[in-house]
Amino acid sequence: MKEDKIMTKLQLITKGLIKDNPTFVLLLGMCPTLATTTSAVNGLSMGLATLFVLVLSNMAISAIAPAVPDKVHIPVYIVVIATFVTVLQFLMQAFTPGIYATLGLFIPLIVVNCIVLGRAEAFANKNGIFDSALDGIGVGLGFTCSLTVIGLVREILGSGSAFSFKFIPGDGILAFVMAPGAFLVLGYLMVLFNKIAKKQ
Amino acid sequence: MAAASNLKNMALCLFGTCLICSAVLAGVYALTAAPIAETNAAILKASISKVLPEGGEISEARELEVGGIKSEYYECVKDGETIAFAVKSTTIGFGGPLTLMVGVLPGGIVYNTSVLAHSETPGLGAKCTTDENFYGQFRNYDAMNGKLTVRKDGGDLDAITASTITSRAYALAVKNAVNALAGVPMPISDSQAE
Repeated sequence: MKEDKIMTKLQLITKGLIKDNPTFVLLLGMCPTLATTTSAVNGLSMGLATLFVLVLSNMAISAIAPAVPDKVHIPVYIVVIATFVTVLQFLMQAFTPGIYATLGLFIPLIVVNCIVLGRAEAFANKNGIFDSALDGIGVGLGFTCSLTVIGLVREILGSGSAFSFKFIPGDGILAFVMAPGAFLVLGYLMVLFNKIAKKQ
Repeated sequence: MAAASNLKNMALCLFGTCLICSAVLAGVYALTAAPIAETNAAILKASISKVLPEGGEISEARELEVGGIKSEYYECVKDGETIAFAVKSTTIGFGGPLTLMVGVLPGGIVYNTSVLAHSETPGLGAKCTTDENFYGQFRNYDAMNGKLTVRKDGGDLDAITASTITSRAYALAVKNAVNALAGVPMPISDSQAE
């Protein structure tokens, strides 16, 4: 009985990674996915930033959900999410100015990332604080991994480097660093991901 | 099991949420304001010392109009003599404002340049921060006797491949910085300021 319980908790995390992967399966949060994955490090940072907001907002919303009247639940959730995003923005400005310089523009946009509001609506307001935190970790990790992989592929093809480590001298295929490359890489990775995920 | 959607509940809920969130933000702001100011000051100081010769005393920011935009400059003084200036200069690049810190020696020689902020395309215009073949051209550039623009426009500088607009903006920022300094009095080292 106890093992079953641990299994379901684990499933909350793995679900976000594979079966309900926000990027490759649910196609949520496409704006930051396309815009910030110019390199593996950028994708990873954006993923972790979203993970941070997702876990905290999931926990907060699951805690306050019973007290929130239905008619005003969206404004209340958005205010909660916006608060965590602004907190994150202050922290990044203070302690990771390098990452903030590259991603700064996209951090405020986490507020309207449909993954965050989506998890609040679909999961956090019906489940307990602990489960909501696990769900946030799972979906956040799924998003982070996807963005890192897309960023890595674009960086290797576009700049000839991986995680800023240059191993092919000269320019890469520039198109992959720009918007069209983002769509191409996303499309091909989606095909690959779904093919592998379906086999299992 | 949500609370009933009557006016009293809705108003109370929204008010309470906003109150708590504002309080949290005010707290975090108070905690991070000092580190943020420190980080920004450190970034600015690093960019200034990067474009100036070593071992000078850097003055406070002074106002200066650069290319028609209100900006600022810093004077670097060593042994009572002005050895260089650092000028903050902004022009419009491909993706938005491009802000440089330009170090200028008396006599209009560019000592070095560094990018403070930009929104150029990654992999193209953004190379102005990493491509030494490009930004290296401005080091020890004699702005008084050279043509500070890209070759396409009849100047001396090689543009970044496929990023002429960024390269133009960069060169213009440097040019504006040097020109703006022409109006700055150089009280101490008159001999060098000719």
